[in-house]
Amino acid sequence: MAPRSARAGATSSQERELLVGADVARTIARMAHQLIEKTALDASDAPRVVLLGIPTRGAPLARRLAAKITEFTGVTIPTGTVDVTLYRDDLRRRPNRPLEPTSLPDGGLDDALVVLVDDVLFSGRTVRAALDALRDHGRPSAVQLAVLIDRGHRELPIRADYVGKNVPTARREEVLVRLAELDGADAVLLRRSESDVAAEDHTPEDAG
Amino acid sequence: MRHLLSIADLDVADANMLLDTADELKKTLLGRQVRKLPTLRGRTVVTVFYENSTRTRVSFEIAGKWMSGDVINVSIGGSSVGKGESLRDTALTLASAGADCVIVRHPASGAAHRLASWLDQTGVAVVNAGDGTHEHPTQALLDAQTLRERLGELAGRRVAIVGDVLHSRVARSNVRLLTLLGAEVVLVAPPTLLPTGVGSWPVEVRHDLDSVLGGVDAVMMLRVQAERMHGGFFPSAREYAVHYGLNKRRLDLLPEHAPVLHPGPMLRGMEISSAAADSERSQVTEQVRNGVHLRMAVLYHLLAGEEAE
Repeated sequence: MAPRSARAGATSSQERELLVGADVARTIARMAHQLIEKTALDASDAPRVVLLGIPTRGAPLARRLAAKITEFTGVTIPTGTVDVTLYRDDLRRRPNRPLEPTSLPDGGLDDALVVLVDDVLFSGRTVRAALDALRDHGRPSAVQLAVLIDRGHRELPIRADYVGKNVPTARREEVLVRLAELDGADAVLLRRSESDVAAEDHTPEDAG
Repeated sequence: MRHLLSIADLDVADANMLLDTADELKKTLLGRQVRKLPTLRGRTVVTVFYENSTRTRVSFEIAGKWMSGDVINVSIGGSSVGKGESLRDTALTLASAGADCVIVRHPASGAAHRLASWLDQTGVAVVNAGDGTHEHPTQALLDAQTLRERLGELAGRRVAIVGDVLHSRVARSNVRLLTLLGAEVVLVAPPTLLPTGVGSWPVEVRHDLDSVLGGVDAVMMLRVQAERMHGGFFPSAREYAVHYGLNKRRLDLLPEHAPVLHPGPMLRGMEISSAAADSERSQVTEQVRNGVHLRMAVLYHLLAGEEAE
């Protein structure tokens, strides 16, 4: 008997696609529209808006958002990256990691409306570290947050201003964001742990 | 990485990770008014120097402070070592008092390894800041960082190390690191200032400085360590300067791109002339600047990693 399509291989049963190719591009375009509307960056008295990606995948996301904003409004938005590794409060609990580059746009961050951009919002600790890092780089007039995926399970009172997609998850699940710049193709995957998959393999529906 | 005792403990990936981290830290802190990161908050770093030092001790202290660690300097003159306390008891005292990292300089080769073996079970990290004539790994790393800035990748580059190789821990660490990173090393020294067994090192050995300078990408001068010399290794300071000192004439023999390094302190007029030490090619102050970032990278990788490590 041929395997059921949903169970075509071990990978497909452990990783569910939440967004693929065009979905990611559409989501980013929608976030760009929201950003334009909320910041009024195309108005005559617009604030200076800066998009700062949090490495690794926040950096290309910030660049894509900026490109979309230029496409929709003709306004060029400066982008940069801010590495938060040295500001994390869990450094001692994690394996060592190399530092990623920090690059700020010309003109710095003083009095700018800074939009932090990251791929996944989870506990909120990365964003807290980014806020601490920003304080050392300048004094923005305001800071907003844009994330492609909000998967919940916040440990700090932090919420995003722009969310591509809300995804309810179990704590032990993983959300994997793949971007063409780094991974060859765009996708957002939900990965379940092996034990969850094994448990599901023995459900009555599966047996039927 | 549990301790940093010798370049021999590093592989290429470790060495590059430390150098890349130092580069990123330098870029991160460049031009900032407040050069302070919260990375090592609540961690305690103790420097214990049984030999004099300005650069190394101060740069470790600044590195620790810029990362918000608590840094304590134990001055041997004012400590219980003056009362005859052994290195082992001093180490265990520091561990019991709550040190997370001990940075040690000691006149005996191997002292840092002994210290690490005593502290292994306590979770305290040890950094070798120079042990006798054995190794000085952070100096070699900051030299490599400085060379990378000037030359790019070090693989295939040819570097001359000139002077008192016999007594130099800096030379030993540099030979190990530069060859690990794929550079060629040529040692230039009088036969009396070369260690026995140098023939088995992965280096070329020469005695005539003038004939070497035209073909190298960088030159590292060493300090003549008079305090370690018990006997006549060369006839006079003047004769040493004539044969092995880097002066203006020799500087002009170097290719245009080649920088000059010296670990300090410099004996001006002997191993290096003021014209060479203060020339545009001289990287001496840049080495000191890089030393802070490199030591920040070392502390970060030793102290910020997994607790269970």
